[in-house]
Amino acid sequence: MKFTLSWLKEHLDTKASLEEICDALTITGLEVEGIDDPAQKFAAYVIGEVLDAQPHPDADKLQVLSVDTGNGSVQVVCGAPNARKGLKGAFAPVGTYVSGIDMTLKKAKIRGVESFGMMCSERELELSQEHDGIIDLKTDAKPGTPYAQVVGLDDPTIEIAITPNRPDALGVRGVARDLVAAGLGKLKKDPLTQTKGQGDCPIKIEVDSPDQCPVFAGRLITGVKNGSSPDWLQQRLKAVGLRPINALVDMTNYISYDRGRPLHVYDADKLKGHIRARAGKAGEQFLALDGESYKVDERMCVIADDSSVLGLGGIMGGEESGCTSNTTSVFIESAWFDPINTAMTGRRLNLMSDARYRFERGVDPSSVEDGLHLATQMVLDLCGGAPSKIEIAGKAPLRKLTIELEAKKQFKRLTGAALSEKKIEKILEDLGFKVKTKGDGMKVKVPEWRPDVHGPADLVEEVVRIYGVDNIPTTPLRALSGVAKPVLTIRQKRVSRARRLLAGRGLVEAITYSFIARTHASLFGGGADAVELANPISSDMSSMRPSLMPGLLAAIKRNRARGVVDAALFEVGQSYRGDQPEDQYVSACGIRFGQNGMDGSGRHWSGNAHSVDLFDVKADCMALLCQLGIDINKVQVTRDAPDWYHPGRSGVIRLGPKIILANFGELHPGMLGKMAVSGAVAGFELFIDNLPVPKRKGTSHTRSALEITDLQPVKRDFAFLVGLDTPAIDVVRAAQSADKKLIEAVNVFDSFEGEALGADKKSLAIEVTLLPFEATLTDKQIEEVASKVIAAVTKATGGEIRG
Amino acid sequence: MSEIKQLETQILAAIAASDDLTGLEDIRVSALGKKGSVSALMKGLGQLPPDERKSFGQQVNGVKQALNQALGDKKTALADIALAKRLASESADVTLPVRTGPLAEGRIHPISQVMDEINEIFADMGFDIAEGPDIEDDFHNFTALNIPAEHPARQEQDTFYFPKRADGSSLVLRTHTSPVQIRTMLSRKPPIRIIAPGRVYRIDSDQTHTPMFHQVEGLVIDEETHMGHLKWVLEEFLKAFFEVENVQMRFRANHFPFTEPSMEVDVRYKRVGNEVRIGEGDEWMEILGCGMVHPNVLKAVGYDPDQLQGFAFGVGIDRLAMLKYGAPDLREFFAADMRWLKHYGFGVLDVPTLAGGLGS
Repeated sequence: MKFTLSWLKEHLDTKASLEEICDALTITGLEVEGIDDPAQKFAAYVIGEVLDAQPHPDADKLQVLSVDTGNGSVQVVCGAPNARKGLKGAFAPVGTYVSGIDMTLKKAKIRGVESFGMMCSERELELSQEHDGIIDLKTDAKPGTPYAQVVGLDDPTIEIAITPNRPDALGVRGVARDLVAAGLGKLKKDPLTQTKGQGDCPIKIEVDSPDQCPVFAGRLITGVKNGSSPDWLQQRLKAVGLRPINALVDMTNYISYDRGRPLHVYDADKLKGHIRARAGKAGEQFLALDGESYKVDERMCVIADDSSVLGLGGIMGGEESGCTSNTTSVFIESAWFDPINTAMTGRRLNLMSDARYRFERGVDPSSVEDGLHLATQMVLDLCGGAPSKIEIAGKAPLRKLTIELEAKKQFKRLTGAALSEKKIEKILEDLGFKVKTKGDGMKVKVPEWRPDVHGPADLVEEVVRIYGVDNIPTTPLRALSGVAKPVLTIRQKRVSRARRLLAGRGLVEAITYSFIARTHASLFGGGADAVELANPISSDMSSMRPSLMPGLLAAIKRNRARGVVDAALFEVGQSYRGDQPEDQYVSACGIRFGQNGMDGSGRHWSGNAHSVDLFDVKADCMALLCQLGIDINKVQVTRDAPDWYHPGRSGVIRLGPKIILANFGELHPGMLGKMAVSGAVAGFELFIDNLPVPKRKGTSHTRSALEITDLQPVKRDFAFLVGLDTPAIDVVRAAQSADKKLIEAVNVFDSFEGEALGADKKSLAIEVTLLPFEATLTDKQIEEVASKVIAAVTKATGGEIRG
Repeated sequence: MSEIKQLETQILAAIAASDDLTGLEDIRVSALGKKGSVSALMKGLGQLPPDERKSFGQQVNGVKQALNQALGDKKTALADIALAKRLASESADVTLPVRTGPLAEGRIHPISQVMDEINEIFADMGFDIAEGPDIEDDFHNFTALNIPAEHPARQEQDTFYFPKRADGSSLVLRTHTSPVQIRTMLSRKPPIRIIAPGRVYRIDSDQTHTPMFHQVEGLVIDEETHMGHLKWVLEEFLKAFFEVENVQMRFRANHFPFTEPSMEVDVRYKRVGNEVRIGEGDEWMEILGCGMVHPNVLKAVGYDPDQLQGFAFGVGIDRLAMLKYGAPDLREFFAADMRWLKHYGFGVLDVPTLAGGLGS
């Protein structure tokens, strides 16, 4: 919403400066988005009067002027033919930047005569292309008066942002009302007069669709002389970005901006029969004022005469019934259209207009007749003519709302600040509310132009925005405890720990979009219709991700393209198995690619990083599980990872048969090919939501007592020849079970396959640590345990001990 | 007697002259071995008169002791020399660069870091951290928040929709974190103090807008909390977050359907190069929206607005990160460009705490 300062002052009697006005607008909720102040551009120019003009001694076309600048007289060398004694024009002193010649004036010597400034042409001020002579003003203004002020170029344009709850501020008078309440001046008396008119309006009005258009008023004015509107009107319209068309049309635009009251004018000679607001009919269409043709239907409110659709109610009139400079009879429409219906129609047709903008936010329903009177008055002023009586169909949907308010109490309750009833009443009255105070209570009648006000909280809002939130004292929130208590849930702690742990293992955290390409989603079990956006911004961002992995793989591809070939990325975040809240799950996903490991990436004199493989990411998973409170001795690793993993080089970490903790492994080359990612890539996804919640041990933080012995541990090595597909973990667990008391640890230190062993065999070597607890182990005891280990392993795996 | 002394002097000289362990052992054997020169002296002991035997024996033992001492010292000295020689041959190029390990490589994303900072501050003021789903229904994202079906806000917020379901409704990607207010109020009893950080989605894309970004919602509901408290919480938060003594805030009346009164908050700032200094300068920058929870919202979750009241606020987390840490382009936050992540990311040990400071 735009208006000029002088326009505002038509309604507001104020001494406040532009800056004060703008600050008040911003604070009270009409945020100033821009100020275009032409006076700033012309600030340096003042009225200069030529006291004397003599020919230049050395140049025929130049004169030497003595100019009264209001601040003493100065000598100016001037080439303009119209420079003469007594002329008043725009003087620019030394130091002025003259935009039309892109130059900052300096003291100069022109053909030997000194010159201290310049008398300017309109072109030099960029006011017009006029450059035949200097500006020659007929003015009483004294020398030294700001030039912009004298020529009326000192009217700044203010642009404010209007929140959807403030349709009343879509008219300059409404804006003025806020400023009055904010204490910046007085509201001027409304110059509205009522014109009775002569004779009934020969054009009858009907409202056939009261839900869409409950009230419609109009009148005919005959004998008008339409033409260009006067300068003042054109200037104002131009200042707010509107193109002047003709006096009748300009009048409607002016009242729309002045009062937030849209109107429409029809060339009455082009109307056929009566006029009615009704629902559109399928198949109807009309040519709108924007030159486009629109098809209407029964959901839309149209204005029609006996023969055709003339326009869309509350949005835009038609080209064919519009007023032109030839119009001599005008029919003025002042109606009220339903906000929602107007909004829906506008959206359906993708048609925006100043009228729609106002009607969809809610035009004052009590302004139907007043608006018509304002228009009448303006038409008579601008175009003359003879008005008929007013014709009204339907009834304005007035709310006539009165709110009971315990003013002081409710203000204090919501703001914490004390404000007297008198002050509250004053603010509300200034805003146009009618207040009756009785005891502690107030009865507040809401003006019809405030459709956003419904109850006491809205009234408190009105008072507090005028009173100023900055004036409300800050109050500390009551402390719930001396020392703050921990608030994170176990899952929140795990998410945070997972991030730090993975970063601690050299992975770099990324945050990628929750939506990805559908082709990518379907490679990871996603891409269902239910989680496909109906209105994505691009096909690359249309599917809710089923997993974090595709987003990270796409990131790896981009990083590779920039020359980052060996690195590791991770993300901890949400993915979506479906569209329901319980389908959203949180996981930690990491991907290592190229030559990358815990020690670093790429080549190094101390040894190159190896190409990533499943064991790098298995280590990431196990380390993460440990740090998230899972006993990794209790997990199982199976080989049935999802099909985006390499089938032979991937695994699933489970806790019991049902709980899947993580998937890990090298990624399937086929899938990688489809995602255009090449080279060594291994990844994992750990499902944080699946981790069991540890049982609370009450409030105790006490650890169990430490049991240690000073006796020396004994280590014994064993090598077993087992089947190629025997899981190493079976050997480890069998060995562990041989003597649970003595065996402290079993460590696999070699795994070897070779032709010498036989094609379907491998050798697994383990180191068993025995920890005595009573006395040093005798050779005999050690031999006994060793035999048990061999027996247990051979029994469990069918393998044999190697000699 | 001088014969003994002479022998001792002779052998000591030999020991001193010796320069390797083998030669030294030879000297030991030739002097103290079974057939050695000093041992031979003892053999003559029996032939001495008894009164001289004791002192002779003592003299020889003295020589033995002196020789053993000298041999031991020489052995240590030779070992030291040998070690020094070996070590000299083992010297390495200490300027060779080493790998600094995974802690130096890993990074935490600025948004995670800033979320941790925010959690730390609000936990201290007694706020829990609540969560909700990204895919929301109409009720939680709009209706319960006093945004009825035809409200222009539904258009203005540029909502991402999912396909229409059988009942004609569509799920949406939440346009704000405010639905977590609704979920929290429906599942808990007041008093409530929560923040709800998370992802939100709007159709928008330029240097300062991405179709996904992060917000943190704040909500306090009880019988007494008013706008004065709201101002205090925001002021304390901004001071703690930007780690400045003073934050000057300006409250502008505004409109959000779910709060009333509604306000936007500006902070005073100054731009120095690519640094934004909060609390200094003459410029105002919009930083968050807030207000008192609208009675219709309270009614929607079954609360009595005559009994309960409180405030809500919403802040852009990405924006806070941009302001504090000077990353200029929001799109880069989600591009997973390793160079950007390494530069703007945080080290593992940069854990924000109130005791140690939030900023890194």
